[in-house]
Amino acid sequence: MSAIEAIHPAVETREPAFGFWRRSYAMLVKEFIQLRRDRVSFAMIVMIPVMQLLLFGYAINTTPRHLPTAVLIQEDSDLGRSILKAMENTAYFRFSREVHDVAEFDDLLKSGKVLFGVEIPRGFERAVRRGDKPALLVAADATDPIASSAALGALGALVQTALEHDLHVGDPPDMPFEIRTHARYNPAAESRLNIVPGLVGTILTMTMLIFTALSVTREIERGTMESLLSMPIKPVEVMFGKIIPYVIVGFIQASLIVGIGVLLFGVPILGSVLLLAALTTLFITTNLSIGYTFSTIVQNQLQAMQLSMMFFLPSILLSGFMFPFAGMPLWAQYLGEGLPLTHYVRIVRAIMLKGAGLANLQYDTIALIVLMLVAMTIAVTRFRRTLD
Amino acid sequence: MSTVANHTPEIAIDVHGLTKSFGGREVVHDLSMQVRRGTIYGFLGPNGSGKTTTIRMLCGLLTPDSGNGTCLGYDIRRDADRIKRLVGYMTQRFSLYQDLSVRENLEFVARLYGMPDARSAAREMIGRIGLRGREEQLAGNLSGGWKQRLALGACTLPNPKLLLLDEPTAGVDPKARRDFWNEIHALAAEGLTVLVSTHYMDEAERCHEIAYIAYGHLLAHGTVEEVIAGSALSTYTVTGDDLNVLTAELAGKGGIDMVAPFGTSLHVSGRDKAALDTTVASYRDDPRWHWQDSEPSLEDVFIDLMGRARDNFQ
Repeated sequence: MSAIEAIHPAVETREPAFGFWRRSYAMLVKEFIQLRRDRVSFAMIVMIPVMQLLLFGYAINTTPRHLPTAVLIQEDSDLGRSILKAMENTAYFRFSREVHDVAEFDDLLKSGKVLFGVEIPRGFERAVRRGDKPALLVAADATDPIASSAALGALGALVQTALEHDLHVGDPPDMPFEIRTHARYNPAAESRLNIVPGLVGTILTMTMLIFTALSVTREIERGTMESLLSMPIKPVEVMFGKIIPYVIVGFIQASLIVGIGVLLFGVPILGSVLLLAALTTLFITTNLSIGYTFSTIVQNQLQAMQLSMMFFLPSILLSGFMFPFAGMPLWAQYLGEGLPLTHYVRIVRAIMLKGAGLANLQYDTIALIVLMLVAMTIAVTRFRRTLD
Repeated sequence: MSTVANHTPEIAIDVHGLTKSFGGREVVHDLSMQVRRGTIYGFLGPNGSGKTTTIRMLCGLLTPDSGNGTCLGYDIRRDADRIKRLVGYMTQRFSLYQDLSVRENLEFVARLYGMPDARSAAREMIGRIGLRGREEQLAGNLSGGWKQRLALGACTLPNPKLLLLDEPTAGVDPKARRDFWNEIHALAAEGLTVLVSTHYMDEAERCHEIAYIAYGHLLAHGTVEEVIAGSALSTYTVTGDDLNVLTAELAGKGGIDMVAPFGTSLHVSGRDKAALDTTVASYRDDPRWHWQDSEPSLEDVFIDLMGRARDNFQ
């Protein structure tokens, strides 16, 4: 027997029975213990699926109804009123605004405040009675074909319905007036024209959130926070230092996506490129601020990822990117207004497809600024300056 | 800020009644201490005794539950921001950026403190801590001793008035430790006050003054001689054969508070000199052992203090 064998008897080095299973089991037990200790993650495991399922199950509607519509009434007539009534009865249209000239009409459509505009021209009823076959104009914001197509389709049968009640003249084949629809911005109803600009916002939301959501937790987990806090730096300074580099990263990313969208997918930029760049930068900063806020709230990187996910999913589903915003129930719309992507999707579609200017986009721009400031304020107050 | 420039009080650290609890457990209890400017103050105590917590309260990283005091003349509760500008804190665990190089770490610190020329300040410090040639090495790839030098370099870079070093030499080889202490003494000679926590007795003896803390209570403080004298511990050094037999026999006997082997000798100590002598008398004539009256070592004193603290506070 050699000396080495004497010190290490063969028994100890032999593979134990079921070694593979024992070691895997040891690892499994350890993981469960760690998971159980992380209460927040544990809660999110249950919360995320239940909440999201309920949220989206009730909120998403692919055949949207009660879409906001503006009316321009040049003539107050029985016929006009009954046509409008008939439109409302289809449940696709909801007359949310009455305008007084065509310019106002265009503004509302450009800013996305209404999806349709109906114009009853002066002398309409008289022209019908004379048999002139006048046209009733319906303009639609067709950037999102899902939202507009069903409603436009319903207009076909509308003339009949309107006539049944008010006019008893002529035969059905001989229509006394026509409804002339004008699908603006995306007349060919190409969904990529609508999807690509929205994707700019969606991709940016995903990448920007992750960049900053891990930033503070990483410092804490690596132990560098202790020495950082012992140095004379203020929470606002930490925040700006962590956000600004990614604004540049985000800007490069955005240019890349928009560039590909224009060159490869043929999406136009009808509006000002400069305005698009400025508002995209604002959107990037807003997302970075929100991600940074998450990182000051959570305790570890796993939680940061989960929280980002929890924010990202509603952003996709409730922002109007995937499903028509106007088709969601009111509570879901309010929720959507709290998401930066909602506002950016409107902004980017309006600038690229409708050629909108800042004047059309005031509301959404201010909303983004407010969301950014709220996030930053929470982040700065939540940032713990001590290790207490 | 002109007040900072002529703000050099004789007492660098002056705190009273500091208390801190975590989750209902009191980690530091009613701790008061004064550290004169330019001294190296050793902070000793077992693991979990509250050393790190105390240091963190001094530099504003933790808020004391009660108690107050000043650090470099500034209130530790109200003026944490000013204190941070004047204090270099070296954490127990390496807390610089592992994924930044030596130079980048130092430049980061220099910029944070608003030093006018961060690059040359960093370059100068690299020379001072002997890391020339390793400027571009990532901090995470440095060995323990180099990491410690880099950390010391980083916390002395902004010319602090007070250094708080939390177990700076843990896991560092003897040569590196000696170099480190030479550096500390050089810094103190320049007027810097240094508070350093440690487990090593030889390091305690290199300090101008020491304080011993256990279970959150400050048990003794003063120079090494004062602390030893204040212990009222009597010690015999025993040499000879079969010391393990003697150790076993003495254990638990009256007057014997501590028996500890030191290489080839044995330290037998007791707080009650008379009782100790009575017990020892029966062994003195044994030819196997040679008994000698001696001073307790600092370690004897600390182990004894710790034992008493456990009886009193646990």
